[in-house]
Amino acid sequence: MKINEVILQSVSKIVVFIILTLALYLFFAGHNAPGGGFIGGLVLASSFVLMLLAFDIETVKKGIPVDFKLVAASGALIVLLSGLGATILGEPFLSQSFAYFDLPFYGEVELTTVTIFETGVALAVVGVVVTIILSISEDV
Amino acid sequence: MLTINLAILLPFLAALFILLFLRRFRRFHIGWFVLIIPAILFALLLRQIPNIANGKTLIHQINWIPSFDINFISYLDGLSLVFGLLITGIGTLVVLYSIYYLSTEQSLVHFYIYLLLFMGSMLGVVFSDHLMVLYVFWELTSISSFLLIAYWYQRKGSRYGAKKALHITVLGGFAMLIGFLMLYVVTGTFSIREIIETIHLYKDHSLMTPMIIFILLGAFTKSAQFPFHIWLPDAMEAPTPISAYLHSATMVKAGIYVVARFTPVFGGEALWFWLVSSIGLLTLFWGSFTAIRQTDLKALLAYSTISQLGLIMTLFGIGSLSLHPDIHVESVLYTQAVFAALFHLVNHSTFKGTLFMVIGIIDYQIGTRDLRRLGGLISFMPISFTIAMIGSFSMAGLPPFNGFLSKEMFFTAILHLKDFDFFSIQTFAGIFPVVAWIASVFTFIYSMMIVFQTFFGPYKEQPGVEAKEASFGMLIPPVTLSALVVLIFFFPNILGDYVIKPAVLSVYPGVTNEMIGSISLWHGFNKELLMTIGIIILGIILYIYRTYFKKVYIAFPRNISFDTLYNNALEFTDRLAKGITNFYMTGYLRHYVMYIFLFFIIVLGGSLYYLGAFTFSLNNDQPVHPFVWMIASTIVIAGMTIFFAKTRLTAILVNGYIGFAIAMLFVLFRAPDLALTQLVVETVTTALFLLCFYFLPEWEKTKVVRKVKMTNIVISISVGTIFTLIALSVKSGKLFRSISAYFENADELAGGKNIVNTILGDFRAFDTMLEVIVLFIAGIGVYTLIKYTNNKGVEKLEDK
Repeated sequence: MKINEVILQSVSKIVVFIILTLALYLFFAGHNAPGGGFIGGLVLASSFVLMLLAFDIETVKKGIPVDFKLVAASGALIVLLSGLGATILGEPFLSQSFAYFDLPFYGEVELTTVTIFETGVALAVVGVVVTIILSISEDV
Repeated sequence: MLTINLAILLPFLAALFILLFLRRFRRFHIGWFVLIIPAILFALLLRQIPNIANGKTLIHQINWIPSFDINFISYLDGLSLVFGLLITGIGTLVVLYSIYYLSTEQSLVHFYIYLLLFMGSMLGVVFSDHLMVLYVFWELTSISSFLLIAYWYQRKGSRYGAKKALHITVLGGFAMLIGFLMLYVVTGTFSIREIIETIHLYKDHSLMTPMIIFILLGAFTKSAQFPFHIWLPDAMEAPTPISAYLHSATMVKAGIYVVARFTPVFGGEALWFWLVSSIGLLTLFWGSFTAIRQTDLKALLAYSTISQLGLIMTLFGIGSLSLHPDIHVESVLYTQAVFAALFHLVNHSTFKGTLFMVIGIIDYQIGTRDLRRLGGLISFMPISFTIAMIGSFSMAGLPPFNGFLSKEMFFTAILHLKDFDFFSIQTFAGIFPVVAWIASVFTFIYSMMIVFQTFFGPYKEQPGVEAKEASFGMLIPPVTLSALVVLIFFFPNILGDYVIKPAVLSVYPGVTNEMIGSISLWHGFNKELLMTIGIIILGIILYIYRTYFKKVYIAFPRNISFDTLYNNALEFTDRLAKGITNFYMTGYLRHYVMYIFLFFIIVLGGSLYYLGAFTFSLNNDQPVHPFVWMIASTIVIAGMTIFFAKTRLTAILVNGYIGFAIAMLFVLFRAPDLALTQLVVETVTTALFLLCFYFLPEWEKTKVVRKVKMTNIVISISVGTIFTLIALSVKSGKLFRSISAYFENADELAGGKNIVNTILGDFRAFDTMLEVIVLFIAGIGVYTLIKYTNNKGVEKLEDK
C-alpha cells in the first residue's frame, strides 16, 4: 500500500527544521512568554512523528541513532537531580534560583536553574512520546 | 559536618558512576573501584569514635520538604556508629572477597550496583532520624536484598528465594509504616529524638499496644524471627559474599537496630518485653534446633544466624526492663543485657562472617557445600581449617574466642531475670535459662559439625576436582575477621569502652558512663561458667551420638511447616487474584470503557449528589462572545458527526477537529500556553490514534441486541450529564486559594514573567516532577507491554 510520498517527503524535509527551530524557541521562551519545557518537548516529538509519517522507521532510525528510552530516563533523572542540587546547598528540595548576568555584546541575560529542570521535562516528554509511537508502530 | 550525609550518599553516587562510566570496561574488575567506597567510609567513621565516646552526637540536617516537616536529618550517635562500622567494615572485607569470588565473566555491574545500593540504604537506615526517611531506606534494603538474592536469576531457587524474602520483609515493612504513622499521630513528630524526649507523656495512649505490635512486626520480619525466619534459608541462594554481608552481618540486623532504637520509646512496657524476649528466645531455640538437621552448610549457617539473632533479640528484651519506672537498684543489671547484646552483635558479625567466607571458599574450591559429600579437607586446606575452627569455636562459646565472652554475659543477663518482680516474670523466669542452655547445646553441636564433618574423616573426592587451598586474596578477608575474633577476646575492653559503651548510652539516655561495667575474662567458678562446661560435656556426647539424636526430627513432619503455609498462601492468593481478574477482564474494549464510565457515574455522580456539591449561578459571567458561540456550535456538530462516521479515519479526524476547536477556544480566552499545549497534544494524539487503528480490523457495523444498545445509551447519557454538571459547578464552588496571587509576585520570586511556567517549574515543581516520573513510568509500561512477548529468548534463559 505504499503510495508515492515524494511531495510529503520533500516538504517535511524542510518543515522539520522549522518545527525544530520552533521547539527550541518555545523551550527558551517559556520563562517569560508562552512556551516551556513541556510544550517544547511535545513540539520536538511532533517533528519526529512527522518524520516517521513521511519516511519509514528504518530511515528515521538511521538518521537519528538515539535510544529514546534512554532519553526519557535521562530526562526523569535530570528532573530529580536538579531538585537534589538545591538540597546540597542547604535549600529545600527543588528550590530554583535565578540571577541576571551581563554578557559581552549580548546585554543582560537571565540565567536560571529552572532551565535545567525544564530540560529534564522536555527530554522526558520527547523520550516517552517517541518511545510509545515507535514501539506501537514496530509491533507488526 | 557533612560526613554522615556523605556516608549515605557516597555509595549511591558510586553506583551511578559505575553505571555511567565503568560499564564499558569488561576486562577491569569493578570490585577494585567499589572497594574504595566502604574503606573510605570505614576510615571516616573510625575517626568519629573519639567524638562519640566523649558523648557527642553529630546531627546534620538537609531540608527536604520543610513545608511538610520532612527533613533529611542524619544523625550519628553511639548506636548508629556500631552499625555504621559493621556495615562499612564488613562491607570492605566482603567486597575484597567478592573480587576473587566472582570472575569478570559474570555481570559484575549488576552485582556491585546492587551492593552499593544496599550499602547506601543500610547506612541510611542507621543514620536517619526521621521516621519516614528511615522507612524509605528500610524498604530500599529489602529491594536491594531481593535483587542480590536473585543475582543468578537463571536458577529457579534464586527467584523463589528472592520473592519469598521480598514478600515477608516488605509485609513487615508495611506493618512498620503503620506503626510509625501511629507514633506520629500520638506524638505529633516524626523525629526519633523528639519522640524519645516526649514519649513519657503518652504512656497511657490507647494506640500504644497496636503501635508496639506493628513496629515489632517490621523488626521481626527483617531480622528473621520466628515464625518469619523462613525466608532466610531460602535467601542463601545468593552469592556467598552477599550471604555473608546482607544475610548475616548487616541487613538482618536492621530489625535489631530498630528494636534498639525504640527501646527508649517502648522500654518498660510489659508487651514490649514479652514480645521481644519470648520471640527472641523461641527463635534462638528453634533456629539452633533446626540447624543440626541441615546438610547444606549454608542452610546450616542460615539457621544458626536465625538462632543468634534470636539471642540478641532476647537480650534487648531483657534490657528493656531497666526502663521500667519502678526499678532502680537492679537497673544496672539490665542495662548490662543491652551491653551484652551489642557486644554479641559485633562478635556475631566477625565469627559468622568468617564462617560464611570459609564455606564460600570450600564451595568455590570443591564445588559442593553438602556435608554428606565433604570430609577430610584438613590436609588440603589447612588455613581454611584454622579459620573455620576459630569461627565455629567462637560461635559455640568456647574460650579463647570472643563468642565465649558474650555468651557468658548472655547467661548472666538471663539468670538475673528472676530478680525482676513485675509483669509476673518470676513465674516464667525459670524457663528462660533452661531454654537458652538447651539452645546453646544445639549451637555447640552444629558448630562442631561445621569443623569436624568438613575437615576430618575420610576425604571424599569430588569428580574432576582437585582439592587445594584458596588463593591468597580470597583468604585475606576471613583471616582478618578471625584475627578479630581472637583479638576481641584478649582485649575486649578496647571495643567495649570506645564503641559499645557509647552505643549503650544512646539506648539509655539517663545512664552515665560509670554505671556500665567492663568485660572481664575470668569471673571465677560461677553459674555461667558451669553452664558453659555443661554445654561442652553434653554437646560432645550428643555430637558423638548424633545419628541417634537426629531421630528426634522424624517427629517433625516436613510437610507441616511455615514454609508450606507460605507456599499455600501464595498459591491461594494467586488463584484468587486470577479468578477475580478473569471475571472482569473479558478482552472486550467496550467492557473496559464501560467499567470506567460506570465508575464515573457511581463515584463522581454519587459524591456530587451526596455532598450536594452542585451549585450553579450565572452571576458574574462575562457576556459570551459571538466567536465562542460559533466555535462551540461547530464542536457540537462535530461531536454529532462521529455517530454517523462510516470509517475510523473519519471518526479520528472529526475527533481531532474537536481538539483543535478547543484550542481555538483557549485562544479566545487568552490562554496562549493552554492553546499551544492543546494544539501539539492534539497533533501527537491524532497521529497515535491513526497508528493504533491501523492494527484494528475493518470497522463493520455489527448488529447489537436492543437491550445492550439501551444500556449503552443510558450509560453514555449519564456520563455526559455528570461531566456537564461537574463542569458547571466547578466555577461556582471555590475550595482552594485562587492562583491569582502568583500573578503578583512571579517575577520577583521566580524571575519569570510567564506565570504558568513559574508555577510548573518553580512554585509547584514537585507536582511537575512527579508528573514527569508518571509519564516516564507510563512510557516504560507501554514499551514493556508491547515488547515483552517478542523476546522469547528471555523465557528460555530463566527456566534452567
